[in-house]
Amino acid sequence: MSEAYFRVESGALGLQENFLSLDDILMSHEKLPVRTETSMPRLGAFFLERSGGADTDNAIPQGSKLELPLWLAKGLYDNKRRILSVELPKIYQEGWRTVFSADANVVDLHKMGPHFYGFGSQLLHFDNPENVDISQSLLQTFIGRFRRIMDCSQNAYNEDTSALVARLDEMERGLFQTGQKGLNDFQCWEKGQASQITASNLVQNYKKRKFTDMED
Amino acid sequence: MFCEKALELVRELHRASEGQLPAFNEDGLRQVLEEMKALYEQNQSDVNEAKSGGRSDLIPTIKFRHCSLLRNRRCAVAYLYDRLLRIRALRWEYGSVLPNALRFHMSAEEMEWFNHYKKSLAIYMRSLGGDEGLDITQDMKPPKSLYIEVRCLKDYGEFEVDDGTSVLLKKNSQHFLPRWKCEQLIRQGILEHVLS
Repeated sequence: MSEAYFRVESGALGLQENFLSLDDILMSHEKLPVRTETSMPRLGAFFLERSGGADTDNAIPQGSKLELPLWLAKGLYDNKRRILSVELPKIYQEGWRTVFSADANVVDLHKMGPHFYGFGSQLLHFDNPENVDISQSLLQTFIGRFRRIMDCSQNAYNEDTSALVARLDEMERGLFQTGQKGLNDFQCWEKGQASQITASNLVQNYKKRKFTDMED
Repeated sequence: MFCEKALELVRELHRASEGQLPAFNEDGLRQVLEEMKALYEQNQSDVNEAKSGGRSDLIPTIKFRHCSLLRNRRCAVAYLYDRLLRIRALRWEYGSVLPNALRFHMSAEEMEWFNHYKKSLAIYMRSLGGDEGLDITQDMKPPKSLYIEVRCLKDYGEFEVDDGTSVLLKKNSQHFLPRWKCEQLIRQGILEHVLS
């Protein structure tokens, strides 16, 4: 990572996403199942299979089941459920929660929507009766997986780690990367290279790019 | 669905790892602003219809478009802000003179911001350490000695040392030079710090 670039961190695990965080913007693009509680005129073009047609003013009918991105669901939701009501995606429901509690390590969290923890945490905004169980499940799943992530990141030195990170969600991958950086910094110090001035990563990457440009 | 283009901007930046600065996507940003304008105008017209024509059933639709407007704004602002963070990093890692290739990646406003930042940093550095000021972009790693051994990685030309003598930096030549003169060149990849 470039040493002087400090990106805006994700806030998704806390109360609110960070407005300027690129990670949070990508996370809130993931979809969840909703049900419209009222008809929504003139938006039928987006959901052609559901649209009521011209005589309903091209409306999405009341009671339609749709998949909307989190940002939109959050914006349209209120606790009186006047516009829409929200359902839980499968991986946060009881069935999958049981799987996680059995053995959290076997699950491919990258496939289950790559922002498992962030998205799950923000789901708690929708006043679902299962919220307590969901938050418990998120926590316990992480606790179950953390040991292995820490072990791997601290012991994989100078090797291809793609197999190790393949089934980690984005937050876990960030953690893994941090662990790797710590390991690499320590090894560098042990070799006495900590005082060696180096070309910044940024510069080296620009140089690599220049070569590929020339080849085109 | 709305806000697809805005998300593409964010994705493009997110994909550029290691703090790299991709070219300024002027076209993409313009499309986002156009979509925002269209959304706003549709909402204005629907709000009038809801108020005077009694179409209160349009309210969820107006809200839908409003959410999209907010989302577009968020994506655009985050895009611009993250680029500024990357440009700021360039001052610290590259120095105050950027290579042309990088300059072409920046918009005119971003270049102006970079110049302002450079100036603020310079003013601040001059205010430190008494009369001469203090260059805080040097000595990023604690120095062990005043002079260091360096090897030249590419031809650079004549390089003047403090006592007036100059050194010819030719590829693969090795020199024993004052640390503070070389640091910038090492960071830029022209010299290599050789540890004994």
